[in-house]
Amino acid sequence: MPLNARREPKGARPPPFSRTSMTVDLNQNHFELFGVPVQFAIDTAGLDRRYRELQREVHPDRFATAPDAERRVSMQLATRVNEAYQTLKSPLRRAVYILQLRGVDPKFETNTAMPAGFLMEQMSWRERIEADSEKPEALLQLQAGLRDESGKIYEKLHDQLDQGRDDEAASQTTRMLMFYEKLDNEIDDKLAELEA
Amino acid sequence: MALLQISEPGQSPAPHEHRRAVGIDLGTTNSLVATVRNGIAVVLNDHDGYGLLPSVVRYLRDGRTVTGREAEADQARDPKNTIVSVKRFMGRGLKDVVHVENSPYDFLDTPGMVQIRTVLGVKSPVEVSAEILKVLRARAEEALGGELMGTVITVPAYFDDAQRQATKDAGKLAGLNVLRLLNEPTAAAIAYGLDNAAEGIYAVYDLGGGTFDISILKLSKGVFEVMATNGDAALGGDDFDQRLFCWVVERAKLAPLSAEDTRLLLTKSRAAKEFLTANAEARISAILISGETVDVAVTQKEFQDMTRQLVAKTLGPSRKALRDAGLQWSEVKGVVMVGGATRMPHVQQMVAELFGQTPLTNLDPDKVVALGAATQANVLAGNRASGDDWLLLDVIPLSLGVETMGGLAERVIPRNSTIPVARAQEFTTYKNGQTAMSIHVVQGERELVADCRSLARFELRGFPPMVAGAARIRVTFQVDADGLLSVAAREATTGVEAAIAVKPSYGLTDEQITQMLRDSFDHAREDVHLRALKEQQVEGGRMIEATEAALREDADLLSAQELAAVRAELEALGKTLSCTDHRTIKSAIERVNRATETFAGRRMDRSVKRALTGRKVESL
Repeated sequence: MPLNARREPKGARPPPFSRTSMTVDLNQNHFELFGVPVQFAIDTAGLDRRYRELQREVHPDRFATAPDAERRVSMQLATRVNEAYQTLKSPLRRAVYILQLRGVDPKFETNTAMPAGFLMEQMSWRERIEADSEKPEALLQLQAGLRDESGKIYEKLHDQLDQGRDDEAASQTTRMLMFYEKLDNEIDDKLAELEA
Repeated sequence: MALLQISEPGQSPAPHEHRRAVGIDLGTTNSLVATVRNGIAVVLNDHDGYGLLPSVVRYLRDGRTVTGREAEADQARDPKNTIVSVKRFMGRGLKDVVHVENSPYDFLDTPGMVQIRTVLGVKSPVEVSAEILKVLRARAEEALGGELMGTVITVPAYFDDAQRQATKDAGKLAGLNVLRLLNEPTAAAIAYGLDNAAEGIYAVYDLGGGTFDISILKLSKGVFEVMATNGDAALGGDDFDQRLFCWVVERAKLAPLSAEDTRLLLTKSRAAKEFLTANAEARISAILISGETVDVAVTQKEFQDMTRQLVAKTLGPSRKALRDAGLQWSEVKGVVMVGGATRMPHVQQMVAELFGQTPLTNLDPDKVVALGAATQANVLAGNRASGDDWLLLDVIPLSLGVETMGGLAERVIPRNSTIPVARAQEFTTYKNGQTAMSIHVVQGERELVADCRSLARFELRGFPPMVAGAARIRVTFQVDADGLLSVAAREATTGVEAAIAVKPSYGLTDEQITQMLRDSFDHAREDVHLRALKEQQVEGGRMIEATEAALREDADLLSAQELAAVRAELEALGKTLSCTDHRTIKSAIERVNRATETFAGRRMDRSVKRALTGRKVESL
């Protein structure tokens, strides 16, 4: 009688990583992982759906009683899926990521040169936020106005990244949007202070 | 006629094996244990039919430890040794504990976490909590008829890393296999959502004995996605008791009270608070040790007025959570109320005003968290039924960061990031020739490190001197599915590394932590375990192969009985190879060694004989 030493225990789940490694390949970029084209325009409902599908397969809750090594891999894969999802979901992070994939260095740290008109505009936004920093309703209105403005700029960015394909201009637009993001966060912080 | 079930060849299903799993709500005031029976989550009661176990532990001079109802009854008689609301001390330093002045305990201001001196010696909050967990574990094991395979313990969503780690440690100390730490509002959302097949945006407002949480969740097609959470880890029903207690002391013009009288009046205040939920007036009557009588009446209106500010403290976090989720009030489909303190009418009223809708109170606010935890435990343990294909996506409540120059906190992982999450950030040196860097990990939303909670400090040493700004130190934060953090640092140009699982510094000095770090400098602890496991697996596999080969050649040297014994041990060893504990494999290897001792001896004899014969042949 042959010794059947390495028999799998009965009822053991099928080896998980033959399955998961097919869907989560660490060499894929975020777009490939989510099965969407590398472009700025994105189907957010599809993104959400794919996110749930991926997490259903890799989330640590699926491996709570698995051996340590499998649990660790599951955590890494779920972390990777979260990172990709957050990057693709945020238009700003998505734009930065596309530029990065195209090998464009947007020089966010060093290139702070902005058109004078844009900087004037920024200053005026900041003054208005300061002036209304005690009035939550006014702050919310400012935030809505700010988002209208940045919304238009995002449309421009969409053209630059997907249609005209002008990476240089897209970098500049992305830098601009970072200013808007910062203002938006400042309003949030002010509102939070008022609520404390 | 019953149909016979026939499975596909090679795919015979294992007989359904239900794994014993429970959810535990380790509460400030009361704790519960629940499990899933026949697909339904149920709270397990004690012999007297009580589900709630008062979270009270009394240490007695004779060496006994009493937990629950009996301890609660003794609290006024022996306040110094009867620990109530220990959850408020979990992962907390003395300076973080509110109402220290009204606490009767003999606190020790140990670094990291306070400790309490009792007649049975110094106890840490982790040990006290473990006593509560042990009672629930015993209750569950008796009810389920055997050892528990796994447990989910709930924590307030707003608990920081130190408080979470302390809770997990308490579970381990109580002999539980903690499958997951689950946020209380999320547990409640599971229980509510699955019961009501809810879809859409829900808020869970959880005001417990000592903590307040607000979570905003999106329930969609079996996915529970926490969008944002906020709260106050030191606000709960206890504070309402304290407020009423102070009012009574003032009203009755009482002199400073002894520990016993303080506990007595606090207990009376709590009873009055509960009575006022459904009644217009309550009396607080007591006879103090001095013989002095206290007899004060309090109306519902008076009570509500004196505690209105406490309720108002929950509004800010609620607004913040909603804004972090990027939502408007009108988008919230329902507000689920959790925690005994939400029974107070003025709490319900304020929540109704805030959200513009009547909150959902159709579930038992004391039990819903434990029921949700049991449901999660059941699924994690592998008892997943066909309807259990749901998924939980939770977040970290507080931002994580490191200290930079000037005592500022640099955010690395923002609050409300979905876990598990990892983020790396690069830092550099600020002095020429600097060869070490001290990394201070903090948690919180404030700009100044001094206002955030310090989680850990460690040092990265031994990179060569460079000009200021030339070193590139990459600090990686990883938060796992329990919301627990580990940090690794690496200098990029030289590859010098350091890693640590962030453990709260209770009872440990900075030097000891540094030492622990030094020990884990070369290899993370986990890696050491993993390596030992690999080694034993390889060794075990080799052992099986070698023994099988030997049996093929020389099995005739053994009697049928001896052969069976060897084969049994080999089979046992084979089974251990897939386990995760290297010591189990090692001991199985040793047993095979022992079982084959005689066989090895005889084989040796035979080979010697063979060799001798061979030589004879050769020499012929």
